[in-house]
Amino acid sequence: MKALTKKNLYILGAILLTFVIVQLLIEIGIINQFYEVTLATICINIILAVSLNLITGFTGQFSLGHAGFMSIGAYVCALTTMHLNSTVGFLLGILAGGTLAALVGILIGIPTLRLKGDYLAIATLGMAEIIRVIFLNMEITNGAAGLQGIPRYTSWVWLCFFTVAAILLINNFIKSSHGRACISIREDEIAAESMGINTTKYKVMAFAIGAFFAGVAGALYASYFYFLKPDIFSFLKSIDILVIVVLGGMGSLTGSVIAAVVLAVLTTFLQSFTEVRMILYAALLVVIMVFRPKGIMGTKEWYDLLKFNRKEEKIWKRRSR
Amino acid sequence: MDQFLQQMVNGISLGSIYALIALGYTMVYGIIKLINFAHGDVYMIGAYVGFTITTYANLGFFPALIIAMIACAALGMVIEKVAYKPLRSSSRIAVLITAIGVSLLLEYVMMFFVGAEVRSYPKLLSDQVFLFGDIRINMQQIYIVVTAIVLMLLLQFILHKTKIGKAMRVVSIDKDAAQLMGIKVDKTISFTFAIGSALAGAAGVLVGIYYNSINPLMGVMPGLKAFIAAVFGGIGSIPGAMIGGLSIGVMETFVSGYGNSMYRDAVVFALLILILILKPSGLLGKDTREKV
Repeated sequence: MKALTKKNLYILGAILLTFVIVQLLIEIGIINQFYEVTLATICINIILAVSLNLITGFTGQFSLGHAGFMSIGAYVCALTTMHLNSTVGFLLGILAGGTLAALVGILIGIPTLRLKGDYLAIATLGMAEIIRVIFLNMEITNGAAGLQGIPRYTSWVWLCFFTVAAILLINNFIKSSHGRACISIREDEIAAESMGINTTKYKVMAFAIGAFFAGVAGALYASYFYFLKPDIFSFLKSIDILVIVVLGGMGSLTGSVIAAVVLAVLTTFLQSFTEVRMILYAALLVVIMVFRPKGIMGTKEWYDLLKFNRKEEKIWKRRSR
Repeated sequence: MDQFLQQMVNGISLGSIYALIALGYTMVYGIIKLINFAHGDVYMIGAYVGFTITTYANLGFFPALIIAMIACAALGMVIEKVAYKPLRSSSRIAVLITAIGVSLLLEYVMMFFVGAEVRSYPKLLSDQVFLFGDIRINMQQIYIVVTAIVLMLLLQFILHKTKIGKAMRVVSIDKDAAQLMGIKVDKTISFTFAIGSALAGAAGVLVGIYYNSINPLMGVMPGLKAFIAAVFGGIGSIPGAMIGGLSIGVMETFVSGYGNSMYRDAVVFALLILILILKPSGLLGKDTREKV
């Protein structure tokens, strides 16, 4: 595997181009304050969706507690920057938030990941609720009233940096042997176990990485929106993230990115009609599951759709015959 | 001691409501292995049907209860037909996501039509209070517990003495074998949803009267707690759901009575995680072994 393949160069170019174009648009003023919020939401949702996709889509462990991890990152970063009001404090906060979320993920993951399917879903949901209730009752988080006046450090530069970092790191993880082990757990846990894969280890690993990035996303959120209260991170937030993953396709990072963008734009347009938005979200979930359970992309990535890969696939198929 | 007994009384009345909801969860789970997330919202709809009938049609407690039960039974059957039946053969996760979708759909469609504001039930039952020493029991609590007991007895009768009840038990043991024996599986599943939803509807009316306030999101927490009750008692087991419901109700009132009511929900969820780790089959559930 060379690092500087043609494909990787294209990706690098595309990322830089997107970054520069958006940066220019912000400076000219075409992307104003209003659209900047959408932009931030898109980036944060991409990180959340990609990390949940690692847990639910690739490893097959259905988690309904992603908002819980997000809230840990958010509160840790908010408190850090409020005490250490500088860029260093902000980065430290992100790191600390992600790490703490990952630690909690490991702590909760080890006992609960023995559970399967719906039981795991309920256990993770319960976990997120417990985290929320704890934040609601803690002195340092100012309880139900929430934290106000969190210094703002999240800018497009940082958003872009962390989003790209999250996608690339998770993508590389999936392509590594650890990631393959995770996918094998999704496909058939018993078969994976009998092939000598330590399923608990890989499940906890996926859970911890997912939790880490959820924490990072939470930290960015806290530092962008000034204001935090425990109610933001309720069950509905977890569902929001789940809708993105399901719509994009469980097991496709490309799908998660597309779905995050589409849904954020949709949300911007439906901002003043919260109920209609939720009805749409809910109906979307049911309709996708009934008519196209694999979502937009299924388990395919964008490069699976390109020509040069198809040719390779054909050759490979012919050989295997 | 008096406070203990008082909390016990309050806990049992709350617990019997949880038990009624938990029965629906446990029956549906027993028969198609689905956590019917929308169940809590069927209960919410039941409360609204009861509200409409008592407020606008000026009917009393019993007509409201029965009409709400019938409406919810119909709703349960429709949900099963539209959302769950097409997914009978898909993965468990797909069905679970659909259930979450249906749940949100019911909540926000209701919110769209009736508004998010809290409404209060008209006074249906006298709030006469009986004093036993220092323990206060009011009329509503007696109604709740008696209604719950009657409905549970009725359920036991349907399950054990009627043909459809027998079919339900058989389908929950082995769907394919039941089909081969000429039992109409689809009809039985539909009936199970109807009965479970009717019980939830009854619980909705009872809660409306007890707490005197209803809103479109009232079903979320009780729904989850009733599910925990079902898991606690052993999911799939009918007596388990009743015991589980009562225990969760009593525990919750004790936590708010003696400790911090803010931690009420957290304690219930912590209990769930503990049960799932220590004894996933619940109090009365059967251990299942995985075949490779």
